Amino acid sequence: MAAAVRSINKMYGVCYNAARQTTGLKASRLLQHRAFRVCGVHRQQPFDSSQERPQFPGASAEYVDQLEFIQPNVISGIPVYRVMDRQGNIINPSQDPQLSKETVLNFYQKMTLLNTMDRILYESQRQGRISFYMTNYGEEGTHIGSAAALDPSDIVFGQYREAGVLMYRGFPLDKFMAQCYANADDLGKGRQMPVHYGSKDLNFVTISSPLATQIPQAAGAAYALKRENMNRAVICYFGEGAASEGDAHAGFNFSATLECPLIFFCRNNGYAISTPTNEQYRGDGIAARGPGYGMLSIRVDGNDVFAVYNATKEARRRAVAENQPFLIEAMTYRIGHHSTSDDSSAYRSVDEVNYWDKQDHPISRLRHYMTARSWWSEDDERSWRKQSRKTVMEAFENAEKRLKPNVELMFTDVYQEMTPNLKKQRESMWRHVKQYKEHYPLDLYEK
Amino acid sequence: MAAAARFFIRGAHSKLHISGVGPGPQSSFASTLLKLSPGSSSRTQRRHAAHFTFQADPEPTQYGPTTKMNLFQSVTSALDHTLANDPTAVIFGEDVAFGGVFRCTVGLRDKYGKDRVFNTPLCEQGIVGFGIGAAVAGATAIAEIQFADYIYPAFDQIVNEAAKYRYRSGNLFDCGSLTIRAPWGCVGHGSLYHSQSPEAFFAHCPGIKVVIPRSPVQAKGLLLSCIADQNPCIFFEPKILYRAAVEQVPVESYTIPLSQAEILQEGSDVTLVAWGTQIHVMREVANMAQEKLGVSCELIDLQTILPWDVETVCKSVVKTGRLLISHEAPITGGFAAEISSTVQEQCFLNLEAPISRVCGYDTPFPHIFEPFYIPDKWKCFDAIKKMINY
Repeated sequence: MAAAVRSINKMYGVCYNAARQTTGLKASRLLQHRAFRVCGVHRQQPFDSSQERPQFPGASAEYVDQLEFIQPNVISGIPVYRVMDRQGNIINPSQDPQLSKETVLNFYQKMTLLNTMDRILYESQRQGRISFYMTNYGEEGTHIGSAAALDPSDIVFGQYREAGVLMYRGFPLDKFMAQCYANADDLGKGRQMPVHYGSKDLNFVTISSPLATQIPQAAGAAYALKRENMNRAVICYFGEGAASEGDAHAGFNFSATLECPLIFFCRNNGYAISTPTNEQYRGDGIAARGPGYGMLSIRVDGNDVFAVYNATKEARRRAVAENQPFLIEAMTYRIGHHSTSDDSSAYRSVDEVNYWDKQDHPISRLRHYMTARSWWSEDDERSWRKQSRKTVMEAFENAEKRLKPNVELMFTDVYQEMTPNLKKQRESMWRHVKQYKEHYPLDLYEK
Repeated sequence: MAAAARFFIRGAHSKLHISGVGPGPQSSFASTLLKLSPGSSSRTQRRHAAHFTFQADPEPTQYGPTTKMNLFQSVTSALDHTLANDPTAVIFGEDVAFGGVFRCTVGLRDKYGKDRVFNTPLCEQGIVGFGIGAAVAGATAIAEIQFADYIYPAFDQIVNEAAKYRYRSGNLFDCGSLTIRAPWGCVGHGSLYHSQSPEAFFAHCPGIKVVIPRSPVQAKGLLLSCIADQNPCIFFEPKILYRAAVEQVPVESYTIPLSQAEILQEGSDVTLVAWGTQIHVMREVANMAQEKLGVSCELIDLQTILPWDVETVCKSVVKTGRLLISHEAPITGGFAAEISSTVQEQCFLNLEAPISRVCGYDTPFPHIFEPFYIPDKWKCFDAIKKMINY
């Protein structure tokens, strides 16, 4: 009997495939469904139900005869991969990436340079010299570790708290400053708020404020790279809050079904502005969602630059080789305020922040690692601090002195070409401004 | 979101079954949806007569040999040329692989491969976001939204992302090689979510282009222009014309410039402006006005909603002194308001009567009341009569 059932199933399968192959045959599929059901009714005979296999096209699974809901496992979640402990000791030598001294020093210098830049720009906002800023405190390790594991030709889509990726790729301090000051050197022509960086040369797609919109875009870019067949991948960063957006769902699902060489990198720092993660989701974080989309997923210690590096390196290798997406959830803590428009003491304790700042910080952890190998001394630290501060201050002062871009640039790049309508509006603006010039800050802008 | 459309497909199929129309290459959802457009003679499914008569343009001679195509075939032809000439070009959306629910992509997957013509998951924001990303990485991305009514989940990706990509990055990045196609406009019985004309929502968004053709010839030429244009474009295809409109379409690739309105008929007393299917309504109105009132109408197909051709429209109004704008979409905030206001500003001394807007009412698009909802020829005719007697 089981054979009979199977042969019917097989027949059905054939019909089904045939129907699919013919164009526009949804209707005929419906007819065949009916025909099959009629057959089934006429052939009713005793048979062994334990031999039946579900034939639903939507999933490949066994039958069960007990009612049981699947429990989410949130108490004992996906483990956090780490390579070194809080004192910078390698825990499992087989996982040591064994990076050279120069590479590790470079990691450290990029992380600390970013930190120095953050401090200076944060202060400059407090003094009203730039309009807005967002620091990267506590998340420097996620940026540098992941960026180092990529090829420079890989395309980066970010959220806004990934300046370290640009820093690692060699984005000059002048350009960071130019963007924040929106001066005439800004590659973005002074149009976006501070920290909305972008660099064509460094394959870092310009940041935009709407959260998660970059996630399905990254899938599209990865698809295009796959067709280009040049062994390139895409990495897409986002916070755990942004992962609640519909676009995250879209991006995860598209990249899996369309087989895109893409690394989703989630920075889970515990907060989306004031919203703690228990108000953001009830599952086991973001990593647990990956398998639901058919995506290989991992959770790493985001304060461990080597763990981040290892995970990204392997994900990149496999993403390109196998054309499939990977999800990395890096657990961190947002040590700074959400932005300069936010005072985080209104919703979390100073003690909590201090723990992460003093006890478990990506920079101090890497410093322990270097010190243990005698790669870094107190003197090195002092002189590097001094030097990095000096270079940041130089860039800062230069940027501040610079004029803003020509006001003409308000009208260009809306379209590739300047439309007649926009030309008219530009002329009208100039006529007006010339007549009322004492009311406009013309001298701050390039002529 | 497109769940509603899915439901509709089901319904359409059961109708197919009942009326005994056998399956075949013509048996898509679209055929049923369009069955009730002009040409339907089934007694059991009789509805009111079509609200327009398609009039083919004279055969274009400047682009070489032509062949008979309806609007969906001319769209396929444009897509075919694109895939043939541009190896980066990809077409994707819901159900495009088997040919699309309106048959616009039939045969393309077989001809160009499944990595170039493919189905996406059912998610409009994903489709547009994906298209933007592909365009950013250098591909020519042609995305399909199954009905214009379901484009709103992608509104954020279109308005905040696609439209602003070039501007916000200082021209470092752009998604200029993205085109979004979507079936548009009323279809006789599409009700709230298979009838909408959302162009005005997008007209308020600098950075994108919005284009709507009136016929197979325009569809192919304008679509090829949209695809070639280095700005993100939305191309709305009047779905009631997919099968109803048949004319001689050039076989080869050709383009029709964007942001250029076309004067279809010269006249001296009134300027009529419309786009899409409404052009065919207006053609009839122009004839009626001539016959019954002795009024000479100048008929303009706007073709591109954004950025629109102010010059052609204003020039015409300077000559005629009167303007009637008509669109299927609701009147409040509709694109006629923009045209009307601009013309009033630029042609104040030439206007001899208030500018008239004959549009859909400020209601959702109804099912059984469609004949009373649409701005048909009688409503437009009456507006002309009143304008002439002003």
